Amino acid sequence: MLHLSPWPWYVVGPLIVITMASLLLAGKRFGLSSNLQTLCAAAGADRLAEYFRIDWVSRSWNLVFVAGTIAGGAVARYLLLGDHAVALNPTTVEGLQSMGITDAGDAFAPAALFSAAAWTHPVAIAMLLVGGILVGLGTRWANGCTSGHAISGLSAMQWPSLIAVIGFFIGGLAVSHFVLPSLFPLLS
Amino acid sequence: MTRIFLLGLLFGVTLTMGEVISWFRIQEMFRFESFHMYGVIGSAIVLGAVFHLVARRLRWKTAEGEDLDIYRYPATEWKAYLIGGTIFGMGWAITGACPGPLFITFGAGYWPILVAILGALLGTLIYGVMKSKLPH
Repeated sequence: MLHLSPWPWYVVGPLIVITMASLLLAGKRFGLSSNLQTLCAAAGADRLAEYFRIDWVSRSWNLVFVAGTIAGGAVARYLLLGDHAVALNPTTVEGLQSMGITDAGDAFAPAALFSAAAWTHPVAIAMLLVGGILVGLGTRWANGCTSGHAISGLSAMQWPSLIAVIGFFIGGLAVSHFVLPSLFPLLS
Repeated sequence: MTRIFLLGLLFGVTLTMGEVISWFRIQEMFRFESFHMYGVIGSAIVLGAVFHLVARRLRWKTAEGEDLDIYRYPATEWKAYLIGGTIFGMGWAITGACPGPLFITFGAGYWPILVAILGALLGTLIYGVMKSKLPH
């Protein structure tokens, strides 16, 4: 374990572009939410809907890429970074603590949602499940997520992507400011 | 395929080392209390735009000699972008994960994210089944 410092935005942004550019030059696209459609199709959802009747074998590189990202998460956490607390803005720490997230500022992710304790808390499971459904439904409906719309779409001057990104923020801001403050107290 | 796997690995390492997969960083972004995520996405958009301009000007091709497969989003489907985007944003704020980080978070050992991955596949299934009845 190296216990490296986290990387600043000006390292992360360019590395994301290197990923996008390398995929494009390899004849692929940079869009992570397509993987969800490919996964469903590979699991046999073609029997349920036209949407999944795709040639998923020709898109199996999607699944190889996902496997790589999973390995990347493991390498970074267990070899490079270690257990590490995200250095949040003190205002954020204060705000989240007042919502009942007591480990804000001392952890990488809130234990209430991401530690073993979550498995036995129905509210935590419900939040992850419903949140996940919204991510899957929303990104497929919008035909893209942060990688396809915000980064690929906007950098290729695809203005419809701006509508999607505005949507991301309408939904994210509404939930962060009006829903999460009443959900997290239920977790403690 | 080895190259694709390594690119995935690079992407997973990058988003973990950059704390993009941290629920806290996404919350900080939606509270407008940190520049970090705006720096990540903003610098990627600016550099990505430079890449797209250069690739178009110099007519870069893939190794097989084909045109780059750049996204084309038809403006006529604006309702899908707005409604779908808003629904995704809600899920992003709750789970702290967009579709890439969903899987990277699992790799990083935060196991309960599996529930969100299951949810995302379920959400995709719902979309696939309902697609013809949804506004686009």
